[in-house]
Amino acid sequence: MRRVYLDHSATSPVLPEVREAMLPYLGDIFGNPSSMHDWGDPPREAIEKARKQVAGLIGASDPDEVIFTSSGTESNNFAVKGLAAGQQSKGKHIIISAIEHFSVMNSARSLEKAGFQLTIIPVDKNCLVNPEDVLNSIRPDTVLVSIMHANGEVGTVEPIQDISKITREKNILFHTDAVAACGTISVNVKDLGVDALSLAGNQFYGPKGSGALWVRRGVRIIPLLDGGIQEGGRRAGTEDVPAIVGLGKAAELAAPNIADRIQKLTPMRDKLLQELPRKIGHMIVTGHPEKRLPGLASFCVEFIEGESMLMMLNSQGVAVSSGSSCTSRALKASHVLIAMGLSHEIAQGSILFTAGIENSPEDTDYVLEVMPPIVQRLREMSPLYSKYIKAGKGGKQDGGL
Amino acid sequence: MAVYSEKVMDHFMNPRNVGEIDNPDGVGEVGNPVCGDMMTFHIKVKDDRLEDVKFKTFGCGAAIAVSSMVTEMAKGKTIEEAKKITPDLVAKELEGLPKQKMHCSNLGAQALNKAIDDYEARKAGETAALETKAGEQCCPFCDEEERQPFCQPCQVRAQKKEGL
Repeated sequence: MRRVYLDHSATSPVLPEVREAMLPYLGDIFGNPSSMHDWGDPPREAIEKARKQVAGLIGASDPDEVIFTSSGTESNNFAVKGLAAGQQSKGKHIIISAIEHFSVMNSARSLEKAGFQLTIIPVDKNCLVNPEDVLNSIRPDTVLVSIMHANGEVGTVEPIQDISKITREKNILFHTDAVAACGTISVNVKDLGVDALSLAGNQFYGPKGSGALWVRRGVRIIPLLDGGIQEGGRRAGTEDVPAIVGLGKAAELAAPNIADRIQKLTPMRDKLLQELPRKIGHMIVTGHPEKRLPGLASFCVEFIEGESMLMMLNSQGVAVSSGSSCTSRALKASHVLIAMGLSHEIAQGSILFTAGIENSPEDTDYVLEVMPPIVQRLREMSPLYSKYIKAGKGGKQDGGL
Repeated sequence: MAVYSEKVMDHFMNPRNVGEIDNPDGVGEVGNPVCGDMMTFHIKVKDDRLEDVKFKTFGCGAAIAVSSMVTEMAKGKTIEEAKKITPDLVAKELEGLPKQKMHCSNLGAQALNKAIDDYEARKAGETAALETKAGEQCCPFCDEEERQPFCQPCQVRAQKKEGL
């Protein structure tokens, strides 16, 4: 059976070049980068090389602005909590959007419990944040805005530059969670005009357990971890040298190839976005029609539930994600879909395909072949669909599905 | 899909007794699409035995497997025997369900019991008394102790109760 991995928003495979670069640091080069003796030199040099590679990917002129972390989640926790804590003498109000990753959302909620005030701004039906809403939410005591660069569930790319114009004018720190964007689309911290940016290696063919937070020089950030003076005193703990080296290599491989990657992924995405709703009635595209990540095709299929679609696709060798409540361990439908104004009922039918550079057009063709019978089978089992048909709303335009 | 037992996977991939029955003797419906799981059971009764049981389910893999298993367990049983099918028994027959799916997806036995209630009410001449109105039915996952903020019918019901 054909095996098709279309769940790159969960994690991407590790490129062979990345694995090769990491291996020596799981072998002979085991020293602690903080050690004074000869064993400490090669790992220390490897980390500094990786720092330059990551800085290169995001257009940062000063590699020392890059802090290595264990994940996108840690980077987001560090940014939201660390920047807010560094500013709290100025004020205790922060602004985030309703579609942030849980690592930003729940960090902000933690700050709320610690006495900060939180404003969560809405998004439109395409998942776009309106910069005007950011402007209108700013108060004299606002110290931090955190809005994600691109959403990993529906692919919408947010107007970060328009928001940073506002935050710079108002002299407020602006962090962006670029975990879903980095390595996939062009991300340049100077062009974006942000003060801090999160990224994660496993989103662009690096290892899991690798992440970084870029913080503009001169911006005060309070460490999450107390301990030694690793990472310029901002992130204590002996460095995960293999992960850092892998992240650096993945960044080096991504930087000159972003345009090629976009060119490769976009036709696969567009084929799914155009053909699936054509073959399957009552299937809506979620996210922005144009301003979206190149490999991400997201939908809601009416009358059926996402986990059962996911399981049936899995039985056909296809890996995907869903934002339905049955798929989440918390048994809650995706907050992103709800924030976009979709009903809980529609959100249950969420299904998400995210292509990567190892996919081919044959993979998406295979999805176009196996998906319609799966939907048909589940609809034949669905009491909602039979109610819909009995109500006489089903016609020929549904293509029999 | 190692989260589910082989038996669950079998009943999900090859569900038994999917469908509806023409002129059923009883119909039962539980759950709602807002919470993610909804099941409709149709039964045909002859000489006090469940001659036929059919289901339709909107929901996750577990919900579909549960429904299929309940129809298999109930078919051929007397009404009194069928009433003794409980969610725990269904889960056991399926060689277990993931913990978080025990409450929300394991509604099959209740749907069957509702269909039996409907059958008995019809026999007593109380037609339509037990028909479920869409949107009013709540999933048992959102019980009084653990009301889910995303479940709008539960919120409405709770507000009504608190208002009284």
